[in-house]
Amino acid sequence: MTIENKLDPVAVSPAKASHSRAPIAIAVVLAVLFALAPLVIKDQFTIQVLLQIVLFGALGAAWNLVGGFLGRVSFGHGVFVGVGAYTTILLLQHLKLTPLLGIPAGALISALLAYIVGGPTLRLSGHYFAMATIALLQIGLLLMINWDWAGGAVGLESPIGDAPWMLQFRSKVPYYWIAVGMGLVTFLVTYFLVHSRIGFYWRAINGDEAAARSLGVPAERYKMLAFVLSAALTGAWGGFFAMYIGFIDPDSMFSLTMSVQMVLVAILGGVGSLIGPWIGAALLLPLSEGTRVMWGSSGLGLDLLVFGLAILLVTMFLPGGLVTLRGRRGSA
Amino acid sequence: MFEALTAGLFNGLIYAAVAVGLALIWGITDVINFAHGEFLMLAMYAAYWLFTLGHIDPTMSAPLVAILLAFVGFLTYALIIKRLQKGPPMAVILATFGLGIVLRQVAFIAFTPDYRSLPDTMVSGSVSLLGISIGRPQVVTGLVALVIVVALFWLVYRTRWGHALQAVAEDRDVAALVGIAPDRVNAQVWMLGSAAVGLAGALLTTFFYVFPSVGLVFGLLAFVAVCMGGFGSLPGAFIAGILIGVIEAMTGYFVAPALKTVSIFILFILVLWYRPRGLFGRW
Repeated sequence: MTIENKLDPVAVSPAKASHSRAPIAIAVVLAVLFALAPLVIKDQFTIQVLLQIVLFGALGAAWNLVGGFLGRVSFGHGVFVGVGAYTTILLLQHLKLTPLLGIPAGALISALLAYIVGGPTLRLSGHYFAMATIALLQIGLLLMINWDWAGGAVGLESPIGDAPWMLQFRSKVPYYWIAVGMGLVTFLVTYFLVHSRIGFYWRAINGDEAAARSLGVPAERYKMLAFVLSAALTGAWGGFFAMYIGFIDPDSMFSLTMSVQMVLVAILGGVGSLIGPWIGAALLLPLSEGTRVMWGSSGLGLDLLVFGLAILLVTMFLPGGLVTLRGRRGSA
Repeated sequence: MFEALTAGLFNGLIYAAVAVGLALIWGITDVINFAHGEFLMLAMYAAYWLFTLGHIDPTMSAPLVAILLAFVGFLTYALIIKRLQKGPPMAVILATFGLGIVLRQVAFIAFTPDYRSLPDTMVSGSVSLLGISIGRPQVVTGLVALVIVVALFWLVYRTRWGHALQAVAEDRDVAALVGIAPDRVNAQVWMLGSAAVGLAGALLTTFFYVFPSVGLVFGLLAFVAVCMGGFGSLPGAFIAGILIGVIEAMTGYFVAPALKTVSIFILFILVLWYRPRGLFGRW
């Protein structure tokens, strides 16, 4: 109990909340409602924005395991998106392997990569960890640009077709349904992790690592677990993202902007809150997609300008995230 | 090979000059300024326009640009950083990152994405050092960078004011108790660090292209230098800057030019592996 008192109030979910299963019921109902949306909404753009909300909500939720609950801010999570995306597409192109297996493979390789780089980086604190993750992202980006077998700077296309078992659809709607399903799974995974002993250890390490260690929390192992699980989830979404957009290149997959967008949806919604990233995505994505559609074609980069301004304004005026608006009880 | 080594050394001096301003701000105010590269970009555009419109050579306009950037640094601190310092550390990082994007996109809109370069400046041409030919702008910029670094060392480590800075870095509250105003010191640090990058940026225009995302090229390397050197350590940033220039040149020479940046990031991670607080720890 002594540890818990030291924790950031936003990051701590009260122990009694862990017994409530209400969030799961709400998540399932929301997922069903989201899944039914295409029956009512025929507008492609709206479906696309809804999909992006789910995608970035999930990416933010995955990031949040490390960034929110463990308190290690990674600015390089895009590297796992890239690894998942490239694994999936490369397996599809060279071995004709279905993404149904390619996406899990991407998650696995992302997890493996996290395990390898977690050793040197997770020992780092604060800014050093943030910088090291950016360095990882840059290494990934530069290696992919120079790796001709993987398409080099030009990138790769996934074959266009109508093959459900290859996750190839001409319409966006099936992708949307897959995203909603994966989104629900992602929420459930994060929910059970955070409310398990693992999650309490994470928050204890976040609150005061030395104190947690002295109470017998195997900090190294649990930090690694958070990083690996977060990477696996991110990698799986990277694989899905690649199939969805059908074209990948190093700049868009190993992108610092996308890495920051994951951080941003989590921060906007509320760091260390289970529903935070989803709320954040629901607010940010319509904004950034909307500006892209309105001004993106002008070639002036106004959409990016709006994105930058959004970051600036959110952090300045709402540093605790949207969930703090309803009092200090932050968690789902 | 010696040619590459010398070029790497001078490049390293320039990285060091860009990095020390960042190290100063990071070390004393505990803020990573992710817009540092964009500050450099602003300085380069300022020098570019002063030359193109006002016919002032970058070597002459550098002090002017430094003052301008000091003002930018002051505004950034007063309007954004000051109010965020009590919040979560992440908020400050993200805010400066957002500021960086805004500055970059504004430059993109205002100055178009064109690559611009200055024609004959006062320092163009090349010199030969011990039989090795090297661009004169690089030499001048490298030497000025050295002067900037030495001047900052002197200010921080040898003057009364510098001791006040270190006191604030050490313990903000105690510093306030002995009559140092932390907010004022922080504002001064932001001005000084930004002025340093202003000087570096102005001189950089004598041999490097100016374009809206030029800050990304140098900014990331500056972060790596500061991080590798050790939390806010000025000597660390200086030495790491030079190291980066040399490693880059050597990888380009011996391995492949395309991989020269990769080697720096790998080296960076290795350094942090063995010394999680950077090469020179903390003051």
